Amino acid sequence: MIPLLEVTDLATHFATRNGALKAVDGVSFSIAEGEIIGLVGESGSGKSVTGFSILGLIDPPGRIVGGSVKLKGRELVGLSARELRAIRGREIAMVFQDPSATLNPVLTIGTQMRLALEAHGSVSESEARARSAEVLERVGIPDAARRLDAHPHQFSGGMRQRVAIAIALLNRPKLIICDEPTTALDVSIQAQILTEMRDLAREFGTAMIWISHDLATVSSIASRLLVMYAGRIIEEGPVANVLRQPQHPYTAGLLASLPANAERGMDLVQIPGSTPSLFDLPPGCAFQPRCDRRSPACVVMPELTSGGLGRRRRCHHPLNGGSA
Amino acid sequence: MTDSTPLARFWSEFRTNKVAVCALFVVIAIVLIALAAPLIAPQNPYDLGTLVLMDARRPPGFVGTKGFTHWLGTDAQGRDLLSAILYGLRISIQIGIIAGGIAFALGVTLGTFAAYFGGRIEALIMRIIDLQLSFPAILLALVLAALLGQGKGPLIAALVTAQYAYFARTAHGAASSERSKEYVEAALSTPLAPTRVVFRHILPNCLPPLIVVATVQIANSIALEATLSFLGLGLPVSEPSLGMLISNGFQYMLSGRYWISIYPGVALIILIVAINLVGDQIRDQLNPRLRR
Amino acid sequence: MSALVDIRNVSKRFAPRLSLGEKIAARLGQPIETRTVHAVDSVSFEIRKGEVLGLVGESGCGKSTLGRVIAGIHAPSDGVVTLDGAPILGPDGRKRTSRVQMVFQDPFASLDPRIRIGETISEGPIAHGLVSKADAKAYAAQWLAAVGLPADAADRFPHQFSGGQRQRVAIARALAMKPDMLVCDEPVASLDVSIQAQIVNLFLKLRREFGLTMLFISHDLGIVRHISDRIAIMYLGRIVELGPTEAVYKAPSHPYTRALLDSIPKLVTEAEELVSFKPILGELPSPLSPPPGCHFHLRCPRAEAKCREIVPARRETSAGRDVACHFPLEE
Repeated sequence: MIPLLEVTDLATHFATRNGALKAVDGVSFSIAEGEIIGLVGESGSGKSVTGFSILGLIDPPGRIVGGSVKLKGRELVGLSARELRAIRGREIAMVFQDPSATLNPVLTIGTQMRLALEAHGSVSESEARARSAEVLERVGIPDAARRLDAHPHQFSGGMRQRVAIAIALLNRPKLIICDEPTTALDVSIQAQILTEMRDLAREFGTAMIWISHDLATVSSIASRLLVMYAGRIIEEGPVANVLRQPQHPYTAGLLASLPANAERGMDLVQIPGSTPSLFDLPPGCAFQPRCDRRSPACVVMPELTSGGLGRRRRCHHPLNGGSA
Repeated sequence: MTDSTPLARFWSEFRTNKVAVCALFVVIAIVLIALAAPLIAPQNPYDLGTLVLMDARRPPGFVGTKGFTHWLGTDAQGRDLLSAILYGLRISIQIGIIAGGIAFALGVTLGTFAAYFGGRIEALIMRIIDLQLSFPAILLALVLAALLGQGKGPLIAALVTAQYAYFARTAHGAASSERSKEYVEAALSTPLAPTRVVFRHILPNCLPPLIVVATVQIANSIALEATLSFLGLGLPVSEPSLGMLISNGFQYMLSGRYWISIYPGVALIILIVAINLVGDQIRDQLNPRLRR
Repeated sequence: MSALVDIRNVSKRFAPRLSLGEKIAARLGQPIETRTVHAVDSVSFEIRKGEVLGLVGESGCGKSTLGRVIAGIHAPSDGVVTLDGAPILGPDGRKRTSRVQMVFQDPFASLDPRIRIGETISEGPIAHGLVSKADAKAYAAQWLAAVGLPADAADRFPHQFSGGQRQRVAIARALAMKPDMLVCDEPVASLDVSIQAQIVNLFLKLRREFGLTMLFISHDLGIVRHISDRIAIMYLGRIVELGPTEAVYKAPSHPYTRALLDSIPKLVTEAEELVSFKPILGELPSPLSPPPGCHFHLRCPRAEAKCREIVPARRETSAGRDVACHFPLEE
């Protein structure tokens, strides 16, 4: 069976005055229909750029320099801007951290939703309104039919994000890429959106890539987890499994540093050092200077190898039973 | 790269614009020539005793009675135009920089303090400045020059009055946005004295837009000074500036003696255009919205 | 333990600036919508010597504003903040003590980009006579060492450091003033996950070394639980619950505290365990027009008619525990 989306050796670089910045460097993964994967990493790990690259939303000086992105077997890398537009919104939609990236402040919600529908086929005015109201209702906006005539600024932050999600859902895409969609929201609102997105994905059979820096959030929505560090995937596997028994020392370090895993008031387990600059990566494994399991072998880049039970990790000295 | 000083990084980017580098070279050359005017000018145009009336209104290239060539011709008093232009540039640049500098200091102080203290002080200062900005600068300068009389002092006073408001406006805008930043809050929670917060923290961070305004305003005050002198409200006739030279030659234009007005005019244009080209490049580099 | 800082009936209102036209219209008797924001609404509590008090709430609840009032950056509209009995602000509204210092959320904004690290750290101590100009360099180096940075950092500019390192500089700047009290406004929120633990550990170490009293403002309940002795929960400008951290986390009295704790997603480590959190119903009301009575009644499962009309006063339910609710949860 062909997976819904297959990303192979994707590489996205940014040309800068100091040479090429390898934001995404050889990322491969695939998503089945209806699957939710979590893409986790710190700033500069390349998680967002991976999401943008799938949709061809990379502006100069950035460029996809290699690899392939196949949607149901169809190659997306190298498509023209027009062909990509036909796919965006219809087959793959995106939800951003900041809903104002999607919403136009001077148009009513109704108009924006109608335009989104018209972009992918003709609909009548009343049809568009009915369909829009239905989707708004579905993402938890009360009194949706009336609120179609409101402008984005008349909604609260959480409600705006719901509208952005509704627009993403309008054309029933097969895949939604969510780039930190709840990071800017309050805890209580984040929980609401998380629950609704999970239920919606299940109901519509939509696959999702959930990009976040927060392991707890991802673990509550995704079934599979991809951990990125310095432009590469370093660990992959079923969420609960990875979080229970991380195999890469970086994942293990992140989990250990959470306050929940320490005695109150005692020092937290910390990963020493800081995230490396992409201009100045250490040789071999990018995590090696911060790693307590490093050996001379680590100056050679480890491959992403299987660790059993659908798991992969990029490490010479994996933990939790995975032998190198 | 990251270890280099901000100035070195600024210059390495400035260098990429060839036009701006040429313009900067021209500005520096003109300033140096103007400074050295007493040394290189063939004649002292202010010393009426050295002027020979016989040589008046001669075309470029004329060899005068004193034995040297008037490369740009002479004016109605028999002045060597090249010497007069060099001395004129000297005065223009001097007045432009002094007036620009005083206007900068005055305007920036008013603008930043208005932004820092806010409330009634801010409202009062900024309304006066708004009011003044609604008059054309030239009109204001004309009135003041007429009231205060001739001479360098009154002229500079007129130019400063006409221009400080632009600095105040820009400084106020920049300082207002810096005022709300966390590093200012940090200084307030230390606490540091208001003068230190304004001069050591807020002001240096407002400099980029002010430098842009300063280059434009120095060019403007040179032009304004020339305008006032052209209209006869600038310096005394015994110390002709570029504006007055243009004005003096104006009546001879139609009789074919173009050089008296044209050459000082060309010198003025080259100087102002060069300063503006440099200013444009500085603005492009300092404006974050134009950067990629 | 005795109270070091006392916050008494402190309110902070932000009135929007009216344009000239609006002022004239108001003079002529036109009703003008003033839309005052009650960021902090009559808050009282004390911070005891040597304790870490966690202040928790969602965005817009006024926790950052309250922190700035305590740090002496904003003057309160009403009420007073005292340190050892003396007001933080002088009669002219300017801060007159350097014994309360602040660490901000965003270390990219809280350090002056044009000033070298060494001067950033030593300018306050020089201005307040804690160190002479001649000794400033050694003094800065001493505080850089205390926060785990090399002495040569003093000669560099903020842009040459990573977020975590900058936050260390900001902490060194605050500590160099030898404060008795540190107000920390979301000090780890803008840092990468792997760096957060480093900074939390730094706070723990500094607290042990210098016996610092801290107000630790955060929306991250996990970190606050780890670092705080007592915790205050804020909702729309008011403190709804206050008590010893463990007691509040284990058995919250206010329905909002309960709901907030339940709504945090937890790490899922068992495949079957699907629902790890329970969202609070409804929207966060706008601070421009908070609901009457108890601000939380619109979202509260226990709300009754009384909650819609009468603001619940904060009262002590058990030793050291305060709650502002008509119908608090029983243990």
